[in-house]
Amino acid sequence: MEAHSKPEGVAQRPLIVADGLVKTYRMGAEVVKALDGVSLTIAEGEFVAIMGPSGSGKSTMMNLIGALDVPTTGTLAIDGRDIGALDSDELADLRNRSIGFVFQQFNLLPRTTALRQVMLPMLYAHPKPENPEELARHRLEQVGLGDRLNHHPRQLSGGQQQRVAIARALVNNPKILLADEPTGALDSKTSDEIMRLFTTLNAGGITVVLVTHEPDIAEWASRRVLFKDGHIVEDVRHAHRGVADRGMVSAAQRGSEAAE
Amino acid sequence: MTLLDCLRVALTALKANLLRSILTTLGIVIGVASVIILVAVGTGASSEVDRQINALGTNTLIVSSGDRRMGGRSSGAGSDRPLAEADMVAIRDKVSGVVAISGQLNGSGPVVYGNANWTTNLSGIHAEFNAVKDWPVASGRELTPSDIRSNAKVAMIGVTVAKQLFGENDPIGAMIRVKNVPFQVVGVLAAKGQSGVGRDQDDTVLMPMSTARGRIVGRSQVQNDQIGMIHVKIDPQISLVDAQEDIENLLRQRRPPLPGGEDSFSVRNLAEFMKARNEVLNTLSYLLAATSVISLVVGGIGIMNIMLVSVTERTREIGLRMAVGGKGRDIMRQFLVEAVTLCLFGGLIGIAIGVGAAALVALYAQWPVVVSPSVIALAMAAAAATGVFFGYFPARRASQLNPIDALRSE
Repeated sequence: MEAHSKPEGVAQRPLIVADGLVKTYRMGAEVVKALDGVSLTIAEGEFVAIMGPSGSGKSTMMNLIGALDVPTTGTLAIDGRDIGALDSDELADLRNRSIGFVFQQFNLLPRTTALRQVMLPMLYAHPKPENPEELARHRLEQVGLGDRLNHHPRQLSGGQQQRVAIARALVNNPKILLADEPTGALDSKTSDEIMRLFTTLNAGGITVVLVTHEPDIAEWASRRVLFKDGHIVEDVRHAHRGVADRGMVSAAQRGSEAAE
Repeated sequence: MTLLDCLRVALTALKANLLRSILTTLGIVIGVASVIILVAVGTGASSEVDRQINALGTNTLIVSSGDRRMGGRSSGAGSDRPLAEADMVAIRDKVSGVVAISGQLNGSGPVVYGNANWTTNLSGIHAEFNAVKDWPVASGRELTPSDIRSNAKVAMIGVTVAKQLFGENDPIGAMIRVKNVPFQVVGVLAAKGQSGVGRDQDDTVLMPMSTARGRIVGRSQVQNDQIGMIHVKIDPQISLVDAQEDIENLLRQRRPPLPGGEDSFSVRNLAEFMKARNEVLNTLSYLLAATSVISLVVGGIGIMNIMLVSVTERTREIGLRMAVGGKGRDIMRQFLVEAVTLCLFGGLIGIAIGVGAAALVALYAQWPVVVSPSVIALAMAAAAATGVFFGYFPARRASQLNPIDALRSE
């Protein structure tokens, strides 16, 4: 249908479909419209940056895409499920199966080893994986922390902590990786490392939705959606930095492997 | 989330605030310890009371003249009329179910053997006394009806008297002087121990009623057929209450009532007397039970308080758990398990203290103490129930947090 006419192979099936999303909050006597009729389709395999100043509605959009909240009116389908029709337990299951969260403050549990952090989402999975420890170890190796399995957050640098969080987000094989200002607490060198990791993961097939207010970071994405006053004011696709960088990433990885 | 997972999370959280966890459980510790002590000592006490009731003879009645109740005041003619031989004979002949009966006329005085002397309780009795009181002789013989009839100067002595006068020697056949009257020791009573009120029952000399009446209680006070109190042993097949009523009816015919219409005698049921004593113990048990319930409640409130603090401190963790797929009931279970773990931890310490204290009571108070596994199970169950009850509210609060707000909290 229309999808055929769309550019650059968005023939991938739509993963997130928002149609006329409205979200209102009551603040005392005042009713605040955080989202005012937002329609947006994100296909499987995309790397989307959601941008906008504070109060633009991007955080609200992120909460909805993360199935942490439901819209006031309009529909939002995530991985084929209309989240407005789900109860809180079904939303929890959807988050557990389909969405991996990465936060600005990492949100790791104190006094808990990296391995246990990554095993956390599997505690709530149905059915439970048979070898959670092995899966968790595999994910930590994938983010380059194979030698930090039994470290506590305090013993890890910020970048390493964020990698643990990413491994945790990936462990249930979600369709969507939802990152809320993932580099907000990191220096620029570490930020680049983390964004490179996202790019690699995206190249592996996972859909990445990145919420940020930093244009530098948004450049890593292949599509930028700009929010303002509860509306989408700009939605552009472009060649993302990761494409140009990809050769470099693998070169760097090869280099570090060689060094070890 | 399995229980094992919950337990692991709970232990991590509790270890993180070890001192706080220990202080929080103090109320539970005290509650559980007092439950243990209460039941251990209480069970021991009631088995002791049972033993004393059995020692008294469960089917025994004691008849005494009513003047005792007047507390030393003279209450007019007849009120101090003591029970007489004829009363005893009437009871034996007319009340059905009497298997043994004996009077007991009490006094006290010095007993001398050689250089040794000892002041003791002196009692005149009838031949069936040993049968009524279930109190056989350990050596020698009991008093016979002919001893009674013939005013024989023979005596049975308790083991305390035997020890004081004879030491290790055999008293049987020896001549002792009771209030300066020579008596021959014919029997040594079996050891009986303390009475329900703590009197040494073995500190006694028993002699024929007829002999005692003349010599033991000062002559001027003694009517020549006086027999003190009457012990009646009733056939176990027959209701003690019925027998008691029969005796009361009989004595009412034989003895005029006191001015004011009260009976001039009383019939006591020793088992009932001991039961009343048991009730005092029960009251004490209720007090201890109240103490343990109160400390469990106070401890529970402490648990609830600290769990609320914990929920607040860990709001972000709760938000994260919800974001990665934790449902309300998963969060609820996690915090309930934590509260119950805290309480069971306190319970274990409480059991250790309780068992230790019960052992000390047993050691120093010479009081029989029974710590049974069921008591320990009960105490742990009480601790766990406290955890569930007082952990529910904080756990529910945690489970109802909004994940967005929880993730954003500082």
